[in-house]
Amino acid sequence: MAVEVKVIKKPGRTVAEQVYLPEIAKGISFAAGRFFKNTFGPKAKKEIATVKYPEEKVEYPERFRGIHRLTQRVDGSPRCVACLCCSTACPAQCIHIEPEEYEPDDPRYGYERYPSVFVIDELRCIFCGYCVEACPCDAIRMDTGMHMPPSTRREHFLYDKETLLSIPGQDGTYLTANPRHEPGDPTHPGVDRERGH
Amino acid sequence: MTTGLLIGSSILKILFVLIVTVGAFAPILIWAERRQSAMIQDRLGPSRAAIVLPPGAVSMLDRARLPLWRLAALTGIVAIVALIAVTFVAIKGSNPLPVSTATLTWSLVGFGLASVLLRTGYGVHTIIVGNQGRIMLIGLLHPLADAIKFIFKEDFVPPKSDQLLFSAGPIIALIPAIAAFAVIPFAGVMYLDHLSEVLPRTGELSGAAIPMQVASINVGILFIFAIASTGIIGAAVAGYASDNKYSLLGGIRAASQMVSYEVVIGLTLVPAFMLYASLRLEDMAMWQHEHMWGIFVPPLTLGAINFFVASVAETKRVPFDLPEGESELVGGYLTEYSGMKFGMFFMGEFVEVVSLAAIASVLFLGGWDVPFLYRDGFEFSVPFVEASYAVPLQHWLVIVIQVLFFLLKIIVLIWFQLMIRWSLPRFRYDQLMSLCWKGLLPVSLLNIGIMGAFMLSGWADGWVAFFEKLF
Repeated sequence: MAVEVKVIKKPGRTVAEQVYLPEIAKGISFAAGRFFKNTFGPKAKKEIATVKYPEEKVEYPERFRGIHRLTQRVDGSPRCVACLCCSTACPAQCIHIEPEEYEPDDPRYGYERYPSVFVIDELRCIFCGYCVEACPCDAIRMDTGMHMPPSTRREHFLYDKETLLSIPGQDGTYLTANPRHEPGDPTHPGVDRERGH
Repeated sequence: MTTGLLIGSSILKILFVLIVTVGAFAPILIWAERRQSAMIQDRLGPSRAAIVLPPGAVSMLDRARLPLWRLAALTGIVAIVALIAVTFVAIKGSNPLPVSTATLTWSLVGFGLASVLLRTGYGVHTIIVGNQGRIMLIGLLHPLADAIKFIFKEDFVPPKSDQLLFSAGPIIALIPAIAAFAVIPFAGVMYLDHLSEVLPRTGELSGAAIPMQVASINVGILFIFAIASTGIIGAAVAGYASDNKYSLLGGIRAASQMVSYEVVIGLTLVPAFMLYASLRLEDMAMWQHEHMWGIFVPPLTLGAINFFVASVAETKRVPFDLPEGESELVGGYLTEYSGMKFGMFFMGEFVEVVSLAAIASVLFLGGWDVPFLYRDGFEFSVPFVEASYAVPLQHWLVIVIQVLFFLLKIIVLIWFQLMIRWSLPRFRYDQLMSLCWKGLLPVSLLNIGIMGAFMLSGWADGWVAFFEKLF
């Protein structure tokens, strides 16, 4: 059986390429077009990728994990029920919660607790988002789209409950889109005080 | 011409040349080179260097915002009213207003200008306040910051180097680059006594005639060659004195490259001497002013391309920047230099770019010649039709236009050189040498023969005559 040999011609250079000057002209005209477009062109046509950082800022994506916030109920109190899920899930152990019972005359008494102290050490946090995943009440979120404001003192990075409650989300609201059913609410899926647990 | 006038005008001209080259072109080039490369590569480039005003100044400026705006608006309104009044007078033919026509015209011009200036000032003011009192000037302050850094950096001299030669190197490299400018004419002859007159188009004039170049010497272009070859010594000495093998190799490379291309530069210009029949640069510019730009004479077109390639190689810039290949030679002969000594090499390189662009524009692009501008002003004519439109200009205005146009030509050539710098990959060293000795040198030798044949056959005269008829 004869071996078929297919001879492929080595790609050579054309005369225009060998003379070098037309190729130079081509290259320079391409670069010059780029130069004119980016220097004198209308703003919409410019393709400059650089951002003048302090003056201009790139918008972060919607799911960017910024500093934490504690979401509020409609009455302004924290949604947090001090279940300690977030501080348990936290790999950096940066969340400190001290739970407390409501007063006996409070409608929430016996159903939920509330955090009397809620501190996040933002310098220790690794921004993994596990606390947000762990939270059963949608009480802690990282949708603020903000960095930590810089400071020279370590204490400034210990965010307490009031600070965390005062940070709005990226859409400017202190609430969340998920509804929260208060005890005694007719829409509450669980049991109420009259019927017992 | 009296001796005092000679000395005074010479000093003024030297100052002008220094301001143009060292003061303006070299720093702007350093900025433009980076900025241009950034624009080609879709970056922003240097734009962060800023003069920061003290914190109180911003609030003070902010308080001045409203008065400035009001002043601009007020002057604008006055100018518009004056414009309406002038138009009214012009339509009516007589002036029934209580203000004279001359006052109206001057107030129109004055208030209009003031309004435009105030508006510009308001814009600048807004930018400065918007930047919290940082004056950035689109990055033009970067060369300034560089210069300050260079001056205050440690002036390090390698311990085993040749101290004297090490310091002499940058000086030898910088001075010739500036000195080459001495014979370059940047405008036609200036007649001091007739500055505010419209001169006749031809003929000699009485009074002091000042050639607009620092030195009008009869060897002209040969002086430039001589001076440019001195620059080779600078690079070679720097490489030798640094006590560093990389520097030595870089110096040798620089010297051999520059010597080779010096030969080519000399030979490419021989056709130009043959055509212009002079070595003086002012005569060359004058010939082109009277006949046509050199680049449109066929043999000189080839000569211009050759010269341009050789001049890029002579300045040791991309794609011929072999003396400082980082991967092979670290920084070449610049390796051991730092601080202002490095700054002088840097400066010398950029001034050399400017001076070679100036030489190219004098030899091939007509120097200070402006199309349709004669000694008595503009005269636009249409080829083959006996129609022309003349705008007589005063002598000083003609000179100013010529100088500006000459600078514009230099800027265009420099822009083109920078474009080449950012578009082309560099040569290998043997390719560089073979391009010189096997490519450009035979072509330029051949070009001398072609030019000779072109002139002897009488085609040159015919070509020039045809062009003169065209314009």
